[in-house]
Amino acid sequence: MRRAYFKNNWIAALVVAPQLLIIFVFFYWPSSQALYWAFTLEQPWGGGNEWVGFENFAFLLADDRYWQSVRISVIYALATTALAMCMALILALFADRQLRGYKSFRIGLIWPYAVAAPAIGLAFRFIFNPSAGVASYLNYAFPDIWNPVMNGSHAMTMVVIAGAWKQVSYSFIFFLAGLQAIPRSLTEAAAMEGARHLRRMRDSQLPLLTPTFFVLLVINITDSFTDSFGIVDTMTSGGPARATNLMVYKIYEDGFRGLDYSGAAAQSIILMLLVIALTFVQFRYIERRVHYT
Amino acid sequence: MKLAYASATALAVALSTSAVSAEGKVTFEYWYGLSGQLGDAVQQTCDRFNASQDQYEIVCIGQDGYANAVQNSIAAFRAGQHPTVVQAYDAGTADLMMSGEFYPVHQMMSDFGIDIDWDDYFPGIANYYASSKGELFSMPFNSSTPMLYWNKAHYAAAGLEEPPATWEEFEERLKALKAAGQECAYAYAPATWIDLEQFSMAHGVPVASNNNGYDGLDSEYVYNTTIHVKHMENIKRWLDEDLLEIRTNQGGLNARDSFSQGECSHYFGSIASHQTVTNLVDGAFEWDVTMIPVYEGTERQNTVVGGASLWVLSGKSDEEYRGAAQYLKFLATPESERIWSTNTGYIPVTKTGVNELVEAGFYEEAPFKGREVALESLTYTEPGPLTRGIRLGGFIQARSEWSNEVQAALQGEKTIQEALDTAVERSNAILSKFARTYRGKELP
Repeated sequence: MRRAYFKNNWIAALVVAPQLLIIFVFFYWPSSQALYWAFTLEQPWGGGNEWVGFENFAFLLADDRYWQSVRISVIYALATTALAMCMALILALFADRQLRGYKSFRIGLIWPYAVAAPAIGLAFRFIFNPSAGVASYLNYAFPDIWNPVMNGSHAMTMVVIAGAWKQVSYSFIFFLAGLQAIPRSLTEAAAMEGARHLRRMRDSQLPLLTPTFFVLLVINITDSFTDSFGIVDTMTSGGPARATNLMVYKIYEDGFRGLDYSGAAAQSIILMLLVIALTFVQFRYIERRVHYT
Repeated sequence: MKLAYASATALAVALSTSAVSAEGKVTFEYWYGLSGQLGDAVQQTCDRFNASQDQYEIVCIGQDGYANAVQNSIAAFRAGQHPTVVQAYDAGTADLMMSGEFYPVHQMMSDFGIDIDWDDYFPGIANYYASSKGELFSMPFNSSTPMLYWNKAHYAAAGLEEPPATWEEFEERLKALKAAGQECAYAYAPATWIDLEQFSMAHGVPVASNNNGYDGLDSEYVYNTTIHVKHMENIKRWLDEDLLEIRTNQGGLNARDSFSQGECSHYFGSIASHQTVTNLVDGAFEWDVTMIPVYEGTERQNTVVGGASLWVLSGKSDEEYRGAAQYLKFLATPESERIWSTNTGYIPVTKTGVNELVEAGFYEEAPFKGREVALESLTYTEPGPLTRGIRLGGFIQARSEWSNEVQAALQGEKTIQEALDTAVERSNAILSKFARTYRGKELP
């Protein structure tokens, strides 16, 4: 087998260098700092620090509030991923059927991805506002049925919906691309055999989409763990009573507001390990069950 | 040409390590946390300072929030790009003191031969920012204290006249207002600053041991054993009896706006909002402020200052310090104090500043009438060991523990006592971690 390669390794290094430099400056350097701080007690103004080994981690792992944060982060990740992917899949299946005006739908459905998380948070905060927003009609009909300001599970539901809404577009693009990559002849053949829309979706389109589905699953879950900050910050600030205090938000609260740099560093290390582990498990075990055609 | 000049100045500012601008002025930076209308008022002080002399140029940069101002300064400090002056909020005082990375203003002023009458500062304000020897570390600037805002029109409709002086009377007022058909008698948002800190000051009970942390780093919170518990239980009961409504930002309409729109009859807030409420109400109804109530049988004490002070950070040149000293001196003039207090609801921090305003009849007429009550509250008694202020590390986190537990209790997940016990236990862990971080050091 013939392979194309650079004879001069220096050229290769030179080409890769800018990218490596960016990754180093924005990922490896901060991560290594966080790793170091996680094992020390760091004074916020940089007046010195003390090596404490695993004390920060022991403190966190013995803290039931930390576990609560982990638990709700998992719930948030699973719920937003499931909701976003279901919505995206349904929308993509319809956009792919080339119903009337599908092109404008396609563009409209991609737009939300360009909206910044805090803007989404503010918009949804208004929609779900129990006394002034759209949801206030619900309260008008059934008094006290909806109150995300006081009720933790309502607040969580609200954050999940906003988070899922943000993710839908991304998944939609991938699903639509996946569907369009399925050869027309296949669908047409199925149609000639007498398979109707639903049957064609179930038996030919969905199975052929599984690789896309898997990639999206990984991306969505990872994203939900790390990218929920803007929404939580604008919608609930982690409340009420920590009901939406997701791991990323807790890191911000403890580190930047509370100036507990070491505790926050330890939390980011744990979050990083968790995301690495999730991705590893997904690629190692789930990927094997996915058929690539 | 003008553009070229402007960009040259901008460049000079950006590269102000040399600290000398194109015109030969000494340039230094000041980062402040106030935003909105209050932020504009800060910017005005800078413009006035720059116009008042031609030796120094202060560059004032808004950081959109107290927390951001401190966070950004820390990040910049660690990179050696920090401002000379930073506005830091009351609750961050202990953290800054322990850092040691500042130039005590008392020291700075005497180093540059600027004569300031430190005794002129109200003790209730100065003590909050002073060392154990009573020397000021930071310059008191925007100072406030909490007030009870009450709607006179609602009172008249319910046949009431006087605002309450005690919490017992307050409850009676709430009931009377409700009986008169007032939908929302009290807009409540859990706030440690008022419900816990200032409440404890006014009642002369401790928030934490070691005289609220002034006497050492090994302090512990004790508010789960004081009259604070009874007060929070009352709040919970009022919520259950529908005497108060929770109004927070997350709910769309916060307590201040609920009051300003004439929806709710009472709300507790900083005197700093006096101007904002005046603007929002815009003469739609009569209202006034009064001191926060105390429980019957307690002897009322002074409340303490809230707001922020100005810190001069270390690692700057003498020239920049000289400029900063001039700016602080400029702020301390009675004229500056008058302009500042007119544009915002904040109170003057010196006795001279207040006297001038009183003599000019400032407080006698609307819209400024009522602001003198804040001073009365701050100076009600001489500050004692328990009413000097609070000096506890990691206090922002401790505030958040309190808020979260109180929210849980208000939701009915646990009793107030259980909630406060948990909050105290968790906040104590924060304190001991803080003491560990600064092991071997002492509060200056």
